[in-house]
Amino acid sequence: MKVSTIASNTFKEAKRDRVLYLLLFFAILCFLLSRFLGLLTVGDRVKIIKDVGLASISLFGMLMAILMGTGLVYKEIDKKTIFTLLAKPIHRWEFLLGKYLGLVLTIFIMTVLMSVIFLVVLFLHTFTIEWNILLAILYIFFELCLMTAVALVFSTFTTPILASLYSLAFYLIGHLSWSLELLIKKVKSGGGRAILKVLYVILPDLENFNFKTEVVHQLPIPTKLLGISFAYGLVYTAFLLLLAILIFRRRDFI
Amino acid sequence: MGKVLELDRVYKAYKFGFIPKKKQVLKGISFYVNEGEIFGYLGPNGAGKTTTIKSILNLIFPDAGRITIFGEDSLKPRAREKVGFLPENPYFYDYLTGREFLAFYADLLGIHGRQKEEKIKYFLNLVGMEKAADLQLRKYSRGMLQRVGLAQALLNDPALVILDEPMGGLDPIGRKEFRDIIVNLKKEGKTVFLSSHILQDIEMICDRVAIILAGEIVNQGYLGDLISEKVLYTEVIVAGLPASEFSHLGESVSTSGNRVLLKVYEEEHIDRIIRLVQEKNGKIISLIPRTETLEDIFVDLVKNQ
Repeated sequence: MKVSTIASNTFKEAKRDRVLYLLLFFAILCFLLSRFLGLLTVGDRVKIIKDVGLASISLFGMLMAILMGTGLVYKEIDKKTIFTLLAKPIHRWEFLLGKYLGLVLTIFIMTVLMSVIFLVVLFLHTFTIEWNILLAILYIFFELCLMTAVALVFSTFTTPILASLYSLAFYLIGHLSWSLELLIKKVKSGGGRAILKVLYVILPDLENFNFKTEVVHQLPIPTKLLGISFAYGLVYTAFLLLLAILIFRRRDFI
Repeated sequence: MGKVLELDRVYKAYKFGFIPKKKQVLKGISFYVNEGEIFGYLGPNGAGKTTTIKSILNLIFPDAGRITIFGEDSLKPRAREKVGFLPENPYFYDYLTGREFLAFYADLLGIHGRQKEEKIKYFLNLVGMEKAADLQLRKYSRGMLQRVGLAQALLNDPALVILDEPMGGLDPIGRKEFRDIIVNLKKEGKTVFLSSHILQDIEMICDRVAIILAGEIVNQGYLGDLISEKVLYTEVIVAGLPASEFSHLGESVSTSGNRVLLKVYEEEHIDRIIRLVQEKNGKIISLIPRTETLEDIFVDLVKNQ
């Protein structure tokens, strides 16, 4: 109950943030632009619209999660609103979880909004609906949930600017770490290879949530892969939330 | 009378800077607050008052020592169930209206339905904010925030109310109203912990006080025991005679127009002043004996530090 109260208040606060609408505006702009980009391309225009559309949802959703998530806890401490809140009989984890869920709700609504507009743009072009696209969007949303947790972790101990940079770095590493797998194959076995393997396990692999190529090129998506990706997202997000709670648990609010 | 709040040798140091430098803020604070009393926590700015309060409320963690609220360890959220808190310069979500703000805290405290509506109405009325209830907090003045903050602190019908500098930012009428509310809380059987550096307020309403200086409690006890009834000196205002006439009888503090303010330390000098004024056709405007006040004790302590 306390968690939901904090979550709904976080949602109330988040939806007042102008950054959200600015990013939404740019996302819509990208959807519209994708139609013109399609005109300039040789080959399948629909592919371009799908590709740019999905990438826009992913990119702007990620920016929403990072820009809002990193200020989430920091703002409460900086504005000292946290004093009266934590003086009430609530656990600190309830506060953090409430903040997280509030932002996830905001991101969810924004993703739905972006998707509806994207699907309308696409429908006006193809006059058919592909359900696979919804699946790709769902996994983008899972990734955004994970990115919100990343932003939350950083927001518990550093300023929004630094936290945004760290989160962005996490995002980039997450989308490039698959290349480590290629590297491992090329490196001869030994110390170097072992280190690379450890790194590959530790570093996040956000490509797990990327089904854009399959959807755009209408390739089959194995159910097993969907299951693994979902489980990966769930476990990683839970781990991040736990980490945030651990950092936050013993923090002094001076 | 049971102890509602007890601090036992509480230490806290803050670390500042890139290469952390330690600053000891609380140096073994011990005191207790009895049930049903108004307890004044006095100290100059930076003495450690707010740090003490934050330690009590678990907003910061003491390095050593023990704090109990109603016999419960302060580290447990359960200990704060019967506690209401108003921070210094309260900061709240400024996009909420006064009513929404109280509704948010009511939800957090598990107060729902009709009870919630009634409580919000009652407390808005108590702190005199019913007219501004539907205005966003960002449009409130500091005094208004203080009032709605007090309402928030009282929502859960707390047995212990902790107020950090509650009278700061209030106009004289607001201060009187706040004092009345605090005294009423005591009448309702609640315990009030009041931190302040406005000595008059504390002197007027507190039963017991503790004085903190540079992180140490330097004096504590019942107000009556701390302040002696002994007359320290008498302030005499004389009109129509120059200050030089009284130089051997008392210390002339100031002159304004034809009036002279004298500080007279010895009682027999007062009679001599009266006679002198009568002889020389002057006039005594006022004659006020000054007993020791909390301010005197406080200033003495700060000077000795």
